[in-house]
Amino acid sequence: MNIHEYQAKQIFAKYGVPTPRGIVAHTVEEAVANAKELGGNIWVVKAQIHAGGRGLGGGVKLAKSIEEVEKLAGEILGMTLVTHQTGPEGKLVQKVYIEEGADIADELYLSVVLDRAAEMPIIMASTEGGMDIETVAEKTPEKIIKVAVDPSIGFQGFHGRELVFGLGITDKTEQKKMVQFASKLYKLYMENDAEMIEINPLIKTGSGDFLALDGKMGFDDSALYRHPDIEAMRDITEEDEDEREASKYGLSYIALDGEIGCMVNGAGLAMGTMDTINYMGGTPANFLDVGGTANAQTVAKGFEIILKNPNVKAIFVNIFGGIVRCDRIANGILEATKIVDVNVPVVVRLDGTNAPEAAEILKNANIDNIITATDLGDGAKKAVEAAKQQA
Amino acid sequence: MSILVNKDTKVIVQGFTGSEGTFHAGQCIDYGTQIVGGVTPGKGGMEHLGRPVFNTVKEAIKATDATVSMVFVPPAFVADAVMEAADAGIELAVIITEGAPVRDMQMAKAYAVKKGMKTIGPNCPGIITAGECKIGIMPGMIFKKGNVGLISKSGTLTYEGANQVCNEGFGISTAVGIGGDPIIGLSYKQLLPMFEADPETEAIVMIGEIGGDLEIQAAKLIKEQIRKPVVAFIAGQTAPKGKRMGHAGAIISGTAGTAKEKMDALEAVGVKVVISPAEIGKAVKEVLSK
Repeated sequence: MNIHEYQAKQIFAKYGVPTPRGIVAHTVEEAVANAKELGGNIWVVKAQIHAGGRGLGGGVKLAKSIEEVEKLAGEILGMTLVTHQTGPEGKLVQKVYIEEGADIADELYLSVVLDRAAEMPIIMASTEGGMDIETVAEKTPEKIIKVAVDPSIGFQGFHGRELVFGLGITDKTEQKKMVQFASKLYKLYMENDAEMIEINPLIKTGSGDFLALDGKMGFDDSALYRHPDIEAMRDITEEDEDEREASKYGLSYIALDGEIGCMVNGAGLAMGTMDTINYMGGTPANFLDVGGTANAQTVAKGFEIILKNPNVKAIFVNIFGGIVRCDRIANGILEATKIVDVNVPVVVRLDGTNAPEAAEILKNANIDNIITATDLGDGAKKAVEAAKQQA
Repeated sequence: MSILVNKDTKVIVQGFTGSEGTFHAGQCIDYGTQIVGGVTPGKGGMEHLGRPVFNTVKEAIKATDATVSMVFVPPAFVADAVMEAADAGIELAVIITEGAPVRDMQMAKAYAVKKGMKTIGPNCPGIITAGECKIGIMPGMIFKKGNVGLISKSGTLTYEGANQVCNEGFGISTAVGIGGDPIIGLSYKQLLPMFEADPETEAIVMIGEIGGDLEIQAAKLIKEQIRKPVVAFIAGQTAPKGKRMGHAGAIISGTAGTAKEKMDALEAVGVKVVISPAEIGKAVKEVLSK
């Protein structure tokens, strides 16, 4: 689960990680009131959406008067912001963060993520703040400092030294401030079961203070049960409606831009099915894992979600029944076609436990738009052909 | 021969009396696995599925000489259970549980390594040595005995791959579902050399997916140590960037972890890489008839 910048900064503040002062606003009036409350003579109006690249997309603007705050908040609230991370459809901006202007002397980068190879959290820092870190990693990897922290010993002095000397910070007071910054960030990463924290840029002010100018946080979904305060930060308007609806039924769904709807058991086989459709010359319309306990209700829900996508010209149901018996799934498919109006050809491949019985059930049902397949390759091929005939 | 487990392996079940544990332990017993008992705290002294129940892993080992534990404990408590097994001297824990917090597994894995306990999973179908010992939730009847070793991150792709291998007239020595979480136990790196050393195994199928770099590490190891033919499939060539594809670890970040990167690395060291999982069986036939 991801949260907004303003929410990440609330968590930062709780742990003493310094940030500029700011207040979130849902309306232009609130934005103006917030700017007045913050005081000063310079403010930043920042679109709050779950995607990076907001500045380049026109979602972060500097205001030098209250009138300008009003004007910019009016422009940004309600705009559809397109960045390199939102996809071409963009995201509707429903909140803006009004933040006091900061005196930027230098821009750095700092993040904490899980290093899967080391199997421990890693703190990454760079002097190249404000830039896309993936570009830095590609072009100047030597400018990224990586410090892995073994949780069994926690954040130690040497971790801090590797970080500050790596960043070329020479002033004693600044070194101390940066070590504290990083150690607090590590603490909040661990205590909140974060999956990643990214601060880009982390700024040094003219007076030598370090501030998190931006804040991005993601959390381990499996650990949310023990963090109700973070779960409460969930913004469902940022999540895909179909993905959310699917998850209520234990289905894992992701929309893609192709023509063949897929319904598969198991995440790996679901990806493998998409790959096979592609290999046979077709395009997958979605990823859909029905999980280990597919039944009539989940299959019906799956059909419903797949068919919401107007690009779908055929559906490929690919189930390898292990513990789940194929005859039950065949019956589930038949029941599902009674609940949902399935108006495109459905290619069904059922393999594994009780597969012959399942084939018999589908054959006897004699439904026009159900096409049976013997294996994965055969099914994908038939689905691609069926989609082509519909086009 | 086989790797890790065989007909003599003595297995206990942690989370034995829960619904998942009960169902799958029963299936394993039917397959012929030596399930010698189980652990459910507070139910020690009971009998379940005709096997004794113990309060702690230590008591279970003392009474049964078990060396392997199959873990069905719910996600919030699974790390505790795995660490208990490591502490008690279990040699291999097969962790089936799905949805364990990453931080918990990080701690449990580190402790297991320290105690010298091997782990498989979490979030995996388990391990099976065809015809001898099934420790997990896979449908046993797909796995006919034979000379192909199988390592897979995905459950259903394990079944798909094994089924194709058997349909081509070959069979499986041992199949290991290593799981698709960000932190897992035994992986290609440890399992490939075991298959290389196993006289029964003549070819190896490895099934990977997007995310992380375990397959890249495997490619390096294959180049140095593996002489038996390897067939590989990497799921997720058509997966979009930045989206989590079902498995917690199946995500492409930036340019790293793509299927193409992994397929290229494996191909470069002589692995027979297939573009579709539908080709796994044929590819195995090809490498074994050379």
